[in-house]
Amino acid sequence: MKRVIGPVSRWTAAGLLMVGAAAQAVDDEALAEGKAIATDRNGGNCFSCHMAEGAEMAGNGGPPLIQMGMRYPERDALKAQIFDPRVRNPNTVMPPYGAHGILTDRELELVVDYIHSL
Amino acid sequence: MFVSGWRRLALGGVVALTAQVNAAPEDDLAALRSFYEKRFPDIALEAHIDGAYALDEGKREQWLEMEDFPPYEIAIDEGAELFEEALADGSSYSDCLGDDAPVVKQNYPYFDETTGQVMTLDLAINNCRVAAGDEAWDYLGPEMAALTAFIAYESRDEEVAVEIPDDPRALAAYEDGKAFYYTRRGQLNFACSHCHMTMVGNKLRAERLSATLGHTTHWPVYRLKWKETGPLHRRFMECNSQVRGVPLEPQSVSYRNLEYFLSYQSNGLVLNGPATRK
Ligand code: HEC
Ligand code: HEC
Repeated sequence: MKRVIGPVSRWTAAGLLMVGAAAQAVDDEALAEGKAIATDRNGGNCFSCHMAEGAEMAGNGGPPLIQMGMRYPERDALKAQIFDPRVRNPNTVMPPYGAHGILTDRELELVVDYIHSL
Repeated sequence: MFVSGWRRLALGGVVALTAQVNAAPEDDLAALRSFYEKRFPDIALEAHIDGAYALDEGKREQWLEMEDFPPYEIAIDEGAELFEEALADGSSYSDCLGDDAPVVKQNYPYFDETTGQVMTLDLAINNCRVAAGDEAWDYLGPEMAALTAFIAYESRDEEVAVEIPDDPRALAAYEDGKAFYYTRRGQLNFACSHCHMTMVGNKLRAERLSATLGHTTHWPVYRLKWKETGPLHRRFMECNSQVRGVPLEPQSVSYRNLEYFLSYQSNGLVLNGPATRK
């Protein structure tokens, strides 16, 4: 396992071992790329609304993105939220990153992996 | 009527507000006010004329410091000169804009029954110019910014009193502006209301999001980002572009209707233009 286990994930290490087979396959480089896309103002620009570890000048229009792996044991549920948050909340302010083609399929997968690692 | 608007809000917040499609303008106004009152119980409704600076003490202090040497002052001075210059046929802006000119900002926008459209101050100025044989100014250019800055300054402390006359076309213009405000647009799929109601007071990155109430009281604005004074419709264009939508033309029918709707919501507040914004 290449990823450094931080305090949060140590906590959930047992959970990760059970559900995290896919997550473990994600290497540091892909995570860094996912983070870069999530950060980019012309990409996800996620931190304009969400606080997350290491995010600078984060906004607070949305909930902080913490303990995501634990809160979304199913990666698909997380992906669905990012693909089109209107499904869960028709009045959401969060942009439909997949449904409106704001991110490409590949970018979306990378962002999901990165967010899932938080 | 007021009570039902208020109850609807209490039940469902913004969701309910967007749902009341055919509410009368006065119901919209009451509903919007109670929305902000509940969202910011410690902030007087009148304070929203200062936009984001009503909601962020730290930013307010920096902003007040700027007021010692307000960057829009140059525009006011240039506007005062333009106001005195005779038009091509020898007439003056006072002849065209009325005896009270330059204290006329409070009369705009209004519904013009002859054209069946919303008349804004900027459009009225260009109409005066063209009627007198002058060329119309660029709506985003320095002359329009200067003259409107001077008129705004002279009209300070007048109360906003936008009327929707008993004319179905006027109500239709208002409703069109309202629909614009609540419609999602752009690739990022935001309505104006998402940022200025749902997320009002929150930070979008480092920017504090201001309330709809007071959005029209202080224009034109010297924006540090623009490095010059510019009109309300330029801000509309920017807010549209920000969500990767297609900005409309300044003074287009849609933007004038939007200005009509928005200004109506600020009825009773005082004019405080021009202003400075980041
Ligand atoms: C304009 C604001 C905004 C932006 C930009 C934004 N979000 Fe959100 N996000 C929200 C809001 C508000 C919610 C709360 C739930 C809802 O309304 O959908 C949310 C919810 C979420 C959730 C669910 C959180 C939970 O606690 O269950 C995830 C995951 C998420 N966002 C990820 C992202 C990612 C990844 C990006 C960028 C690619 C992003 N968001 C961009 C506003 C935003
Ligand atoms: C993605 C978020 C977003 C959307 C959508 C949005 N705005 Fe804005 N708007 C901002 C930000 C950020 C500012 C600058 C901070 C502030 O004053 O709120 C701003 C500022 C403004 C201002 C200037 C406020 C002042 O005090 O001078 C007006 C007027 C305005 N917006 C109107 C609109 C209108 C009308 C729409 C829809 C057509 C709209 N906005 C949509 C984010 C948004």
